Amino acid sequence: MPKVLMKGNEALAEGAIIAGCRGFFGYPITPSSEIAEYMARKLPKLNGVFVQAESELAAINMVYGGASTGQRVMTASSGPGISLKQEGISFIAEAELPCLIVNISRGGPGLGGIQPAQSDYFQATRGGGHGDYRTMVLAPSSVQEMMDFAVTGFELADKYRSPVMIMAEGTLGQMMEPIIMREPVTKLPEKPWAVTGCRGRKPNIINTLHLSAEYLEERNHHLQNKYTSMALNEKRAESFQTEDAELVVVAFGLMARIVKKAVMEARQQGVKVGMIRPITLWPFPDEAIRQAVNSAKRFLAVEISMGQMIEDIRLAVAGRAPVEFYGRIGITPNPEEIYQEIMRIAQREGY
Amino acid sequence: MEKEKQILFAGFGGQGVLSMGQFLTHAAMEVGKNVSWVPSYGAEMRGGTANCLVTIADDEISSPLTEHPLMAVIMNRPSLDKFEDKIQPNGTVVLNSSLVDRKPVREDLTVLEVPVNELAEEIGNPRGANMILLGAYLEKTALVETQQVLGFFEEIFKGKKQAVIDKNKEAFLVGVAYAKKEWL
Amino acid sequence: MKVIARRPESLTEAKFHYCPGCTHGIIHRLIGECLDELNLRENAIGICPVGCAVLAYEYFNCDMLEAAHGRAPAIATAIKRLQPNNTVFTYQGDGDLASIGMGEIVHASLRGEKITVVFVNNAIYGMTGGQMAPTTLLGQVTTTSPYGRNKDFEGYPAKMAELLSQNEGSAYICRTAVNNPANVIKTKKAIKKALQIQQQGLGFTMVEILSTCPTNWGLSPLDALDWVEEKMIPYYPLGEFKVKED
Repeated sequence: MPKVLMKGNEALAEGAIIAGCRGFFGYPITPSSEIAEYMARKLPKLNGVFVQAESELAAINMVYGGASTGQRVMTASSGPGISLKQEGISFIAEAELPCLIVNISRGGPGLGGIQPAQSDYFQATRGGGHGDYRTMVLAPSSVQEMMDFAVTGFELADKYRSPVMIMAEGTLGQMMEPIIMREPVTKLPEKPWAVTGCRGRKPNIINTLHLSAEYLEERNHHLQNKYTSMALNEKRAESFQTEDAELVVVAFGLMARIVKKAVMEARQQGVKVGMIRPITLWPFPDEAIRQAVNSAKRFLAVEISMGQMIEDIRLAVAGRAPVEFYGRIGITPNPEEIYQEIMRIAQREGY
Repeated sequence: MEKEKQILFAGFGGQGVLSMGQFLTHAAMEVGKNVSWVPSYGAEMRGGTANCLVTIADDEISSPLTEHPLMAVIMNRPSLDKFEDKIQPNGTVVLNSSLVDRKPVREDLTVLEVPVNELAEEIGNPRGANMILLGAYLEKTALVETQQVLGFFEEIFKGKKQAVIDKNKEAFLVGVAYAKKEWL
Repeated sequence: MKVIARRPESLTEAKFHYCPGCTHGIIHRLIGECLDELNLRENAIGICPVGCAVLAYEYFNCDMLEAAHGRAPAIATAIKRLQPNNTVFTYQGDGDLASIGMGEIVHASLRGEKITVVFVNNAIYGMTGGQMAPTTLLGQVTTTSPYGRNKDFEGYPAKMAELLSQNEGSAYICRTAVNNPANVIKTKKAIKKALQIQQQGLGFTMVEILSTCPTNWGLSPLDALDWVEEKMIPYYPLGEFKVKED
């Protein structure tokens, strides 16, 4: 297929359509709105449903209703909107409704700004709303991956009957790159649990209320087993020149590509530095980190936040190597800046 | 890495700065290059200056961002003030001399000046200023051969009226002719 | 032996958990009878609220969902849009619909969502133990308006039927009560009409039903029925507020 120049947000929306998504429910917020705008143009022509909801609360509950019908549905927002959606995401996790939730992330706290950030990492990877649940989180790093991960996201959502989140810095949503289009997904899984009217079967019930303490605990064990299975099977990471690296930089999203350039330049100066890019933020690819810790003397977390993923790196490293941090917020560190930081550490430590 | 070029386009919102960058990105993609286009969005959009960064490379593009672009296409004075220091040593700056009322201070830069607004007035197409500048810039730098670019207009402006496409092409050619006359 | 009364097929065998004298049970039965008579059981999808009817998914013998507090109209919107051939209804109390879910209900009505809302107004929060509702009457004592609802502090009770009847998207808005046999019959007619108007695709439909809460009102079941007549109906007049003809 020929390459097409697309904005990240539009590629993600097109990817969702390719995956068979026929329901979008959202509320405008910068820098995610192009996803809603794209869906508003496309879905009606595909017999799909687009609703601009009155609020983020309504939008996520429309996703709850839409996913209950067994169809592939999604929403997209950014930081403050995702915060509002947390109640619904908690319900969706417990009702085991597959759907895609997209956070084209910006800087907070509060209204914050609309410039790119990765400071919703805690919110995305720790559950976000009330109760013991996790949301699988995919972090694309290119416009192509914005499209590809939309498809992967729906597949994983259906595989585990679970909400899946894509989290991408605002820049990824706004930038353009050529992408190779994918073939539409034609075969969607059967969902016998969906509410479609009970003709010829017993009624289906979608519910998250469990008044019996014993049954509530049983439900929680069921969810945890599912999360364990996700952690066993779905961790994804990209390792770049880590085999002999004395310093391993860890970064995700577009930030990882910027780090990669800095790593390549530092390598040209003879510094043994490598990079690990978590692709799933939850489950966090701790094995990739543990593998690197055998040769690496030191880690450097680079994030567009005040330091959130660094906690997962430290958990994976388990005290076997120091983990340093370089971060900004609202401003994406550029390759020159990361290169300087790598060289500073390399010179200080004599790598 | 020498084969990777990063070009900053900067000016007032409404001067077609973002679309100029998109046009070049698209044209470079058509000739088989790896490309990326990153707009500034946010406060800067409201503060008056708009800019975008285009990367054109033979190899896979790692970072689509940079602090130090090789070249800068500058459509107004505040953008020159903001970005002059950022351009790489011995880099190139292309100026809309109709609106930028000073020369760059740095002496290592190659400076190309085009009185874009006057040229646009001459052909009665004030909105074509960005395409004039792009035509002159590409004729001079051959980032993408202008002859080839002319063949991409229909694809890049797909969905636009033929009259719009023709006006843009005309403006682009005015820039090409200016470069041939003044710089080559 | 001749059967002269039986449980509607659209209700399950589960025993209601409602307090003695509470009229939720009557309203459930009326919905069940309407679904049976319109042959909609196998086509219907119901959404229950947070409130006393939180367990209603155990009582209706059709596909059911339990919603977050106030969000049933948003859930119903998506289901109806994606599956327009289903009959979709929500069952909501006054706190759910007129307080925390005010945004969802107003916008579902403005959009003319082709759903049926059964709104049970008993002027109090039942499940949480008798706190003030948006529909609590002026002067009414609740645990959070212990000196009686005062307009200067707690504001005025919400008249939802009147409010939603203003919206162009509303096709059928009616207020009924279930405090005597005549009103029960009228309520059933209203629910049936709302479901039929939904089937015709004319827009948003809602039946507001004045209901009782003897437990939290501190009244006997019979006195509670009188309280509906004497206190509620004067403020919440019965009748059809909007009927859109096709």
